[in-house]
Amino acid sequence: MRKVAILGVGQTKISEHWGMSLKELAAEAIFAALEDAGRSSIDGLFIGNMLSGSLNKQENLGVLLPDWAGLTPVEGVKIETACSSGGSAIRTGLIAVASGELDSALVVGVEKMSDAKLLETTSALATAADADYETAHGLSFVALNALIMQRYLHEYNWNHADFAPFSVVAHQNGVRNPNARLQTKITEQEYQDSRMIAKPINLLDASPIGDGAAAVVLVAADEFQNNGNSNLVHILASAAATDTLSIHDRKDPLWLSASEISARRAYSQAGIQPEDIDLFELHDAFTIMSALSLEACGFAPRGQGPRMGQDGDIAPFGKLPISTFGGLKARGHPVGATGVYQIVELVKQLRGEAGKNQVDRAHIGMAQNIGGSGATAVTHILQGI
Amino acid sequence: MEIPRHWRLKQQRYKLVGEVCPHCEAKLFPPRDICPDCGGEAKQLYTFSGRGEVYSHTTVYDAPAGFEENAPYTVALVKLEEGPLVTAQLTDLGEQDVEIGTPVEMVTRRLRTDGDERGMLVYGYKFRPRLERVNQI
Repeated sequence: MRKVAILGVGQTKISEHWGMSLKELAAEAIFAALEDAGRSSIDGLFIGNMLSGSLNKQENLGVLLPDWAGLTPVEGVKIETACSSGGSAIRTGLIAVASGELDSALVVGVEKMSDAKLLETTSALATAADADYETAHGLSFVALNALIMQRYLHEYNWNHADFAPFSVVAHQNGVRNPNARLQTKITEQEYQDSRMIAKPINLLDASPIGDGAAAVVLVAADEFQNNGNSNLVHILASAAATDTLSIHDRKDPLWLSASEISARRAYSQAGIQPEDIDLFELHDAFTIMSALSLEACGFAPRGQGPRMGQDGDIAPFGKLPISTFGGLKARGHPVGATGVYQIVELVKQLRGEAGKNQVDRAHIGMAQNIGGSGATAVTHILQGI
Repeated sequence: MEIPRHWRLKQQRYKLVGEVCPHCEAKLFPPRDICPDCGGEAKQLYTFSGRGEVYSHTTVYDAPAGFEENAPYTVALVKLEEGPLVTAQLTDLGEQDVEIGTPVEMVTRRLRTDGDERGMLVYGYKFRPRLERVNQI
């Protein structure tokens, strides 16, 4: 397999883009990524999206987007793995280029959520869970995460307030990201006093949905690395794993086994250890997911994820900065686009182009995109030049 | 639209019928094709007692479509006596606080109304705090 690198990235602001459709959002990110890469053509388009069928009444994005962006006749395909659709699309594009089948691939993650009413969106998001045995019983996606968090607090003796740093740090980082959905600071007190959604998860534990698109251009690394192109970011590892769809089918509902397995495979591909990772874009859809991800990926002992927040490890200049542009929590979570945003942000950090969000010694970065309540995990490790 | 699905799941929804693995005797609910414990084929039906305890719980305020009229309602992961966890609503709670470890038992309740006033009433399992039975036969 050939080594693959990222030549260009693009993104839209995450917001309620009332004036823009799904294809317009996607095109904005696609053109930005192509321009950043200094290219006008591409060999294949890989689209991360979860909800276009239910919320936008539009499928066949594999044609809609090349058509709209003037890229026909390149092949296009939509990749769907719930909230990890973006990460899965990156991995699929990468496999296409690594195999030699395509010389370049453009991966775009896009989600247009403000076309639907909240009730519809809540139902659509719940389709990531088991239709027969979870959603049929009135479980929302938040409720499933709340069941995990409630048990976690009980089992490991944490208080809800101990999760505050995950939300506070993400919001701090979001303030400096002009593309972030939420650009406001919050205090620990505000976190604790926030409106309850599904106990113990309150509004400030949860990431906001939004409209957004992000894109990356993937190329074969060998062809470009001798050109003195300092923008090139190498993909050192790409790994995905699954767990049971439902939480009730897991031997240990408090452990993200797909997350652990995909991270371990990624470390092994890259030939590194967790301590070699300089920054980590994790899947903080809910604060509990931050804690569980840190544990599963080997950064914190089991049941001790919140400790890294308490100790300041996750802050921009801590031991392992996370959510450096605000994460899902503040940058926002346009579901199928999120995994691509994570990669775009890592590339900016590794190129030293993160502006006010730049972290020190950004040499090797990791992103992990999670679909469902830990059902799919896609891990990428990137290295700057 | 949901009628075939409900019909297909009637044994599970009305009676908690799962499976027992013929190879390793693991009790499975919901039923699956392959036993997660031993990897063998699991096809032998097994009816669960319906008794268990609350493993975790939460209250849903922003309900998905079809469940709005019941919100807020309590949902739980119930640990059945025989081992498996089940995701279900809790019911008949009255003023009682739910806690992790609360003993519960399965009852049949309306899950939701499918469609308009001529639509199907979908019944299925929920769990209530276990009643003390003085004169059990």
